[in-house]
Amino acid sequence: MNRFIGFLKKEFYHIFRDKRSMLILFGMPIVQIMLFGYVISTDLKDVKMAVLDHSKDEYSTEIINKITSSGYFSLTENLESVEEADAVFRKGDVKLILVFEPDFGKNLIKNSKGNIQILTDASDPNTANLEVNYLQGILQNYNIKINSGKKRPFSIQTKTRMYFNSNLESVFMFIPGIMATILMLVSAMMTSISIAREKELGTMEILLVSPLNPLQIILGKVTPYLVLSFINALVIVGMGYFIFGVPILGSFALLMAECILFIFLALSIGIYISTVSKSQQVAMMLSMFGLMLPTIILSGFIFPIRNMPIPLQVISNIIPPKWFIIILKNIMLKGVGFEYVWKETLILIVMTMGFIGLSLKKFKIRLE
Amino acid sequence: MRILKYLLQKEFLQIFRNKSMLPIIFVMPILQLCVLSFAATYDMKNTNLYVVDKDLSSHSRELISKFNGSPFFTVKEIGFSEKEAEKEIFRDNIDAILVFNKDFGKSVDLKTQASVQILVNAINASSAGLYNAYINSVILDYNEDIKPNFAKLGQDNQHNIVKTTYSHQFNPEMKYIPYMLPGLLVLLVTVISLFLSAMNVVREKEIGTIEQINVTPIKKSQFLMAKLIPFLVIGFFELGLGLLIAVFAFNIPLLGSVWLIYLVAFVYLATILGFGLLISTQTDTQQQAMFIAWFFMVIFLLMGGLFTPIESMPEWGQKLNSLNPIAYFIKIIRMIMLKGSGFFDILRELAILGIFAISTITIAVRMYRKVS
Repeated sequence: MNRFIGFLKKEFYHIFRDKRSMLILFGMPIVQIMLFGYVISTDLKDVKMAVLDHSKDEYSTEIINKITSSGYFSLTENLESVEEADAVFRKGDVKLILVFEPDFGKNLIKNSKGNIQILTDASDPNTANLEVNYLQGILQNYNIKINSGKKRPFSIQTKTRMYFNSNLESVFMFIPGIMATILMLVSAMMTSISIAREKELGTMEILLVSPLNPLQIILGKVTPYLVLSFINALVIVGMGYFIFGVPILGSFALLMAECILFIFLALSIGIYISTVSKSQQVAMMLSMFGLMLPTIILSGFIFPIRNMPIPLQVISNIIPPKWFIIILKNIMLKGVGFEYVWKETLILIVMTMGFIGLSLKKFKIRLE
Repeated sequence: MRILKYLLQKEFLQIFRNKSMLPIIFVMPILQLCVLSFAATYDMKNTNLYVVDKDLSSHSRELISKFNGSPFFTVKEIGFSEKEAEKEIFRDNIDAILVFNKDFGKSVDLKTQASVQILVNAINASSAGLYNAYINSVILDYNEDIKPNFAKLGQDNQHNIVKTTYSHQFNPEMKYIPYMLPGLLVLLVTVISLFLSAMNVVREKEIGTIEQINVTPIKKSQFLMAKLIPFLVIGFFELGLGLLIAVFAFNIPLLGSVWLIYLVAFVYLATILGFGLLISTQTDTQQQAMFIAWFFMVIFLLMGGLFTPIESMPEWGQKLNSLNPIAYFIKIIRMIMLKGSGFFDILRELAILGIFAISTITIAVRMYRKVS
């Protein structure tokens, strides 16, 4: 036991003495959360818009003013003919062109219908969709305004209530996602590379002939990273809560327990990767490449899993962060207890055991 | 020149001899490109609705069938209790609930205040906004349907209405894959080049082989060129393979010039490789190099406009992005492929990338010391 503690101490020193890596490992989550909390958003803002106004009357001017003062759109160019549209789009900055028909104002008043055509640069379909939605909202308000005082035709009204995130803050979605990404990559990447490093430098042989048994070696290797990752989890949750107001409605203890479970899983994946890779480079590419994009794209972090094709929905089930993100959102945003997340927790536990089992098997073979 | 040739031979041999790296370099990126392009979609396909219909009138039924008929919605369940429906939202089985109160149909018939309550699962903020907008547009449509009954009363025609029509250029079917795949391709090429170059020189340092090279008469620039050129070749190869898959397997149009893409890729890869080399010269272990590369990679990636539009970022974020090489290349490759933009359309971005390339490589070469 004393020997193990000595080894553990050595590993801790080894990692914590490397100031540069420490700075990155602790600094990274902070920088990332700050950036993503403030920078990343899927809302529209200041979309560059060009106008082709064939009519140039008080109504079209008023509508343009209304649109630009909404904050969602900014007018950057006035076009003379529709032929210019393509070239303007191809230059890349303008995402949207509004075309007012000739005699727009006259038609609006006399024939009670004025036409505006919206041209979007739909090479980005999501933005194009949002633009049309936002514009139609603005114009609908305008319609109500110019018809004020008149009796409105009957229509069914809607009342909306948003559950769990009433202001639709993107950061509520990003905090759990970033947390899963960072814990996954930091834990898996670091362990995989640190064991592979011993192999590559030849020091693993020395460790293996030492009186420490393989399990102790592995534990000694992963414990510092467990501590490190756990601190990172605390930092992320803390920043989310204090800086961005992401609630923790459920039990904090449960949240932390789930974090530790997920870190264990990530560490066991790291160990498994290190048992199958001969060099740091292979270990790094496998953990980095194999885990980063699937964690970001297939876990439901950014893209809702339900919108994916069925085969991918099936594949997403083997992506561990998917389950962790569900757990995080359930505890933090919905405030539900263990009875709502036991299934996901069980899946994480089974995955952890699976990877540990696989690594043990591989590890033994390698020892012979 | 001959020295460079031999060095290159050595580097290429080293890469191709490493059997476990080959599939990682050549198979994994392509596999991810093919799989993940399908996953990266905001397309609304299977929005699950729960309808609480306490009214059971012809109007509520008509509206429900309208939702059922729309490709965006699946009516999962119809019940009478909001409590039950809420439970489903808590279990994440349901994206939105529609509640028709008892007097809904009657109110529609009598043209008094009729309203539908919409409860949205807003765990995912961006989808929630879309769910709400789509549900509202179905109800708006229904309003149009029931209007004729009232038009007879002569109320409708006095209203002045701004009508809009829209047309989506370059991608009228609003598909996501043409938008996401070129971006993902940039990302994969970047990951490969950045990580391989960042870990390369430092690897020789860590293993000790760099000493042997340092005592030879090989010039610094020759050594570094030999380190970079193979990765440039690999990057070009991956890009070409990715473009072929994009055009032939995914039927993504390539409206602009392939040569132009390659010209940009050359400048871009020079930037990334220079940056990787810089990391490599400034670190002592592969582990450090990897962390630093990863740190910048994730920031470049998430800020690069691949998943969320750069225009929605606050001004300082957009300014920060003017230093982000990934953002330029993603923007340019999308412009060239999907809109057929030409050389002069992308000149500004290309020039900036050129400045990046020259500076990173110059700095990296200067920072590299032959004597440790």
